[in-house]
Amino acid sequence: MIIPPDLRYTKEHEWVRLADGPSAGSGQAIGTVGITDYAQDQLGDIVYVSLPEAGKQLTQLAVFGEIESVKAVSELYSPVTGKVVEPNQALTDSPELINESPYEQGWLMKVRLADESEIHKLLTAEQYSDYIEREGE
Amino acid sequence: MSDVPAPTLRRTCLYEEHLSLGARMVPFSGWEMPVQYGGIIEEHNAVRRAGGMFDVSHMGRFELLGPEAAAFLRYVCTYDMARLAPGQGHYAVVCRPDGGIMDDVYVYCLAEDRYMLVANASNADKIRDWLRQHRPRFKAEIADIHTSTCMIAVQGPQALERLARVMDTEFVRSLKPRACAETDWEGKPLFASRTGYTGEDGLELVSPAQTGPRLWRALLDAGITPCGLGARDTLRLEAALLLYGNDMDETVNPFEVGLGWVVTLDDSAEFIGRAALIHAREREPVRALACLKAEEKGVMRGGHPILRSGQEVGKVTSGSYSPVLGVSIGMGFVPPQMAAEGTEFAVDVRGRLLPARVVRRPFYKRPKAGKESEA
Repeated sequence: MIIPPDLRYTKEHEWVRLADGPSAGSGQAIGTVGITDYAQDQLGDIVYVSLPEAGKQLTQLAVFGEIESVKAVSELYSPVTGKVVEPNQALTDSPELINESPYEQGWLMKVRLADESEIHKLLTAEQYSDYIEREGE
Repeated sequence: MSDVPAPTLRRTCLYEEHLSLGARMVPFSGWEMPVQYGGIIEEHNAVRRAGGMFDVSHMGRFELLGPEAAAFLRYVCTYDMARLAPGQGHYAVVCRPDGGIMDDVYVYCLAEDRYMLVANASNADKIRDWLRQHRPRFKAEIADIHTSTCMIAVQGPQALERLARVMDTEFVRSLKPRACAETDWEGKPLFASRTGYTGEDGLELVSPAQTGPRLWRALLDAGITPCGLGARDTLRLEAALLLYGNDMDETVNPFEVGLGWVVTLDDSAEFIGRAALIHAREREPVRALACLKAEEKGVMRGGHPILRSGQEVGKVTSGSYSPVLGVSIGMGFVPPQMAAEGTEFAVDVRGRLLPARVVRRPFYKRPKAGKESEA
């Protein structure tokens, strides 16, 4: 199971990646959100994802959309509070990108964070790895 | 995520084979079964395009033996099994006295005094008890061969061709649709029938449990893809084949789900449910099972309300995603006057309205085979 070390994770199996660069720390940070390799593997073939439109307000750990595989539906929880900048339009026609590339092409949305410090409430890669190991038992 | 499976789950004789193939195992009707080995869509497509196989050993299997085995089956099934000649099989339902469906079953006539009945895994114990309860009226015996045998379904346009590499070619070719026969495989008995639950051609095999793993591996070597319960469900839904517990249960009579063709009433034979079924046939139906195809992205599932002009008029009984059509499909009960092809509905998918339309049954029909002669 791939768990990139530079991301932060929720217990609901979403990840967020903060863009490096001048905006970091300025209160204008943009985060990219997706679901983990473990989540896509558990769901199996993903056939539909419902995402919020640009401008939508998000609250940390509140539901922002849902994802359907052939066998199940699962709710999506936002790792951060903020505003949707861009949902991943490519997923409309190719939701399987989430299975194929959960951390790159299969990202769900970009978000302008309201409070960067919220990141510290999320799991590190190591904590998430321990968490799914326990869940799998 | 669900908790640890209950320790009482039963395992088929192919359990170790599933593990060695990396299957994801799930609890299903009291059994620990493979839901998928790779991906569901990949397995689904393997069956539609070439050949796949399923461990269906969890399904109940009973042999009915004796001079009145046919009369016994006639009494418990809605279809007149007495008209089956040796080598023929037929689908039927087992009804309660009030006409409610207890199970849908397949019955194979092996000889005039020997039949096999295959029941759903979820109903196997109930059907065993029901058979035992009614057996004393007949000169017939029941042999429960559920755990002493293994059952494998091999399905797909290339299923017969690949099966012919594993077993006697003439034997495989000799089986016409719905026919059954027995042969030997590696010195052990093997039952085969040209039946299935996927909408594809193929055979269902029953061997002694000890032979099961060897047979499974021989089929793998012949290039047949192992498929789990996930693909089994999407395949049967595309073929609009009913699933007990979803599309029918004890509150549903056969006429409501389009199974009038397995109810024989013209032979004047006494069978359980006959009077109620005569009444049900004559009464105006109150609901009909319709095939629904989504018009937008999104997935309907069993239990979702079906709306017409904003009013709930029924519920989806089975719903999923169709890999062949690339959209969600489902079946659901609607008022009979709304069951006509083309009728538009909205399915309430957790608050989001998914437009859907009634389509002709089934959703998927296999292309007519050119080379498989039925002669």
